[in-house]
Amino acid sequence: MQTHIVTDPLTLQFDALACQRDGRVLFAELNLVVEAGTCVELLGANGAGKSTLLRTLAGLHSQYQGNFVSPPGVYQGHRLGLDELLTPMENLAWFAGLESCSFEPSQALALAARLGILPLAHTPCGKLSAGQQRRVAMIRWILSPRKVWLLDEPLTALDIDAQRLLNEIIAEHCQSGGSVVCATHTDLSVAHKTILNLRPPLQQASSW
Amino acid sequence: MVGALLLREWKILLRARASIVNPLAFLLLSTLLFAIAAPQLVAEASQQASGILWVLVLFTQLLSLDAMFRRDYDSGTLEQSMIMADVPFVAVLIRIFVQWLGTGLVIVIATPVIGPLLGLSWAAVPGTMLALLLGTPALSLLGSIGAGITVGFSRGGIILALLVLPLFLPVLIFGTDIVNAAGAGLNYTAQAYWLALITLAALIVSPFAALAGLKISVEMQ
Repeated sequence: MQTHIVTDPLTLQFDALACQRDGRVLFAELNLVVEAGTCVELLGANGAGKSTLLRTLAGLHSQYQGNFVSPPGVYQGHRLGLDELLTPMENLAWFAGLESCSFEPSQALALAARLGILPLAHTPCGKLSAGQQRRVAMIRWILSPRKVWLLDEPLTALDIDAQRLLNEIIAEHCQSGGSVVCATHTDLSVAHKTILNLRPPLQQASSW
Repeated sequence: MVGALLLREWKILLRARASIVNPLAFLLLSTLLFAIAAPQLVAEASQQASGILWVLVLFTQLLSLDAMFRRDYDSGTLEQSMIMADVPFVAVLIRIFVQWLGTGLVIVIATPVIGPLLGLSWAAVPGTMLALLLGTPALSLLGSIGAGITVGFSRGGIILALLVLPLFLPVLIFGTDIVNAAGAGLNYTAQAYWLALITLAALIVSPFAALAGLKISVEMQ
């Protein structure tokens, strides 16, 4: 997947990236360098290829042309990756285990308190509301040592309070040297964000 | 990594008890159906018991295989384990192992009950248990290949059966042979070695093939 080596291992970059889905070219000639500490807001109409771009960067989509270098990142798709039979704490412990990290329950509980789901920390995720599950997912991004966050419409199902928290968390992550690529339809209130607007190519390539 | 992953699977296995109870109930019920529909087949010390038992075991496995990755696929944990895991291979292998614990091992333990109900002689029960202990891991491993490929289909059950049943044939051949030999009081060491060989070969190949199938399935999502 990695085509050439960049000097800074935390820089995400792609040049002349074009993605295709089900035989349709979504976007072409996309160039961007996402340095550590920046937040990219990914805009575009429904079907413009926001999710496909994020999945490509996460390594989940192989129908692309061009080059990109993406350090291992946290990917948050429409499916949250939480098992409904397990409690938030157990899910977070599993995520830590996947990355071979040690899991600090106290740290996770502190974040749960910050996100307002501390009383639910030991309730199976299946009994949590969509917004509460999103909050659990936010804890997992913070706990992961990975510095690049690829977020696909993270504001979905969040209430006003949680939206504010999400913006705070993204800003903090960027300040601590992480980078965020976030597809959204609602403006992020993060300072110094870069906006990348996905538009369909003028000329549809007939075949690759 | 292995510890945390095993712990998760173990907790899920205990909380979703249907994944253990349902295959066992299916096995018992279909045994009962045989006893009702064809009592002459399952008469005391009949020659057909080995074949009937193994075919029922294959069907039981097949039913449980469809669910092997289904929950993880729907909840998104599968794509997360592809992205986030240090070694996705380990995550897949653990999933297969736990699926075997819930079906294969349960079948082995239930053999002293199921076998005699199908007309298996008591002398053949230890050999049958050995055959199932050696053979069922191969069923889970080979089945995981089909389960990985078909998890993206909303109704993949029949395709899964068509893909996987031919792979089960070697296990079926040596498995029934061990049960027959045990029933006749013969030595079945050679067949047991063959069955173990099949399982080990499946252990080497299957997790990689299943992982490749899962990657395709996740990409289609």
